Amino acid sequence: MLKGRYEGKAWKFGDNVSTDSIAPGRLMHLRSNPEEFAKHVLEDANPEFPKNVKPGDFIVADSNFGCGSSREIAPLIIKLSGVAAVLAKSFGRIFYRNAINNGMLLIECDTGKIKEGDMLIVDFDKAEITKKDDKEFRETFNLQKTEKVIVNAGGLLDYISSNNSLDDI
Amino acid sequence: MPKTLVEKILSNKVKHDVKPGDTIVADVDFTACHDGSGPLALRLMKKRNWDGVFDPKKVMFCTEFGPSPAKELSNEHSLIRNFAMKHNCYWHEGGTGNIHTHLLEDYVKCGDLIVAGDSHTTTHGALGAFATGMGSTDMLCVLRMGKTWLKVPESYLVQVDGELPKGVYSKEIFLKLLKDIKSDGAIYKALEFKGSTIESLSMDARFTISNMGVEAGAKVAIMETDETTEKFLEKMGRKNDYQKIKADDNAKYAKTIKIDATKLEPMVAAPHYVENGELVRNIKDLKVDIVFLGSCTNGRLEDLHIAADILKGKKVAPWIRFIVIPNSHKVYLEAFKDGTFTTLAEAGAMIQAPNCGPCMGVHQGIPGDGEIVVSTQNRNFKGRMGNPNAFVYLASPATAAATALKGYLTDPREVL
Repeated sequence: MLKGRYEGKAWKFGDNVSTDSIAPGRLMHLRSNPEEFAKHVLEDANPEFPKNVKPGDFIVADSNFGCGSSREIAPLIIKLSGVAAVLAKSFGRIFYRNAINNGMLLIECDTGKIKEGDMLIVDFDKAEITKKDDKEFRETFNLQKTEKVIVNAGGLLDYISSNNSLDDI
Repeated sequence: MPKTLVEKILSNKVKHDVKPGDTIVADVDFTACHDGSGPLALRLMKKRNWDGVFDPKKVMFCTEFGPSPAKELSNEHSLIRNFAMKHNCYWHEGGTGNIHTHLLEDYVKCGDLIVAGDSHTTTHGALGAFATGMGSTDMLCVLRMGKTWLKVPESYLVQVDGELPKGVYSKEIFLKLLKDIKSDGAIYKALEFKGSTIESLSMDARFTISNMGVEAGAKVAIMETDETTEKFLEKMGRKNDYQKIKADDNAKYAKTIKIDATKLEPMVAAPHYVENGELVRNIKDLKVDIVFLGSCTNGRLEDLHIAADILKGKKVAPWIRFIVIPNSHKVYLEAFKDGTFTTLAEAGAMIQAPNCGPCMGVHQGIPGDGEIVVSTQNRNFKGRMGNPNAFVYLASPATAAATALKGYLTDPREVL
């Protein structure tokens, strides 16, 4: 839900992290087994990530995170790894849709001042990001209307199931 | 109000005037899923106890990695094949083409709203369609309800004028655009291509540009339709699917990007980003291991002809693996009949059945550690071709063929 307060460690990535880096095509045979696939999430971008990511951690990237293919397994295995939210300057648009369709939290914001290992507090009620150990730092963000509607419904299919229609999205 | 191509098509779809930023829900004219996006959509369908599609005459399924390279994928193939058969949807077996070539040869009409489960659905913008890729959940929504939600994008006008110099092709137009605006340069936007260069291109060449639209982040990469479009559809046996689609003269664009085609030179995108455009003549002594001519970007008949013209009566370098994959069964048969395959095979090409091959690292031709690949495909991301320790350069079919011949990255002007 796009509500409440989340606290966790930042894993920092650069520009243009593609879905090939998140969920490599060479592992396409694992798409029917997402739990197994999740053991390889982002391993080409940072081999330590799948081994050491903890539930509640954040992925923090520069621009165009999730660029590339339409494979929905990419946000799915990020979600399975326990990541609380992905913060980036911008997202590949298909990745963005896929993520919110699965009820995953994405935040578009200026990530320039967040470093690897920073302990972040993301507060959806205040729409702000702060650091646990740096009182000076504060970033705000806006959420898109459609993102709020879909994520708060639990994902697109839950939205459709409870509304029986797409027309008023 | 004068309208862009996007505003025209989407206003027409929802029967009222739309502007950038509006959220609309629109009926989809045709949709398709492959072995990447289809299985998850169908598993989600089953989980919800839904069954069937909104209209089987508007739905196509296909496999792209066929014949299958692994038992897990064979099972995924069975899942979507059985569903397509049960519900009388259109079906294309792996080894007869990729999703986009099936779509453009057999299904997409000018002015359509096309949503398919693959990012390179932008390809069909070359037919004057609003065509965009989505993932499995959105695809399930389309399969069940025949509609989708969209935010009307702002349009960037890409104005390309002048005659392409010798050795330069439509691939260079897009690689140059990517170098200029970068791979996040058109996120959430529409690219509308216009100008004398675009008008002079064949459909085969136009599809290359629209195909790569998503590499700049674009939602669609669309072109006006003309006699070339009409003749193409006629050749595909679909003359009635033609419609003149033109933007209004005073349409408002969020940005205009100009490309002077006369100044372009053969270009590659160096590893590992599509925006890393470099002139071929500036990269010296790059020994290459694999040349791949194929993919939904450049595996059409014109592309095979360009390569065959360069390789006729010659042999590729002995250390090169030269993989050729035609785009579809139609292209395959034509290349057999007109002798193109004989020319390429005599030059040393390994010709494979129409599928996605090694482009995504799933099939037939994965590079080894440290190996250099020159490929006509659309992505060179780290690990894209199945090995994060390989290096992929994106190139035109002419640069690919010249490179296969010499064994080193070669400017095609040296051999033309």
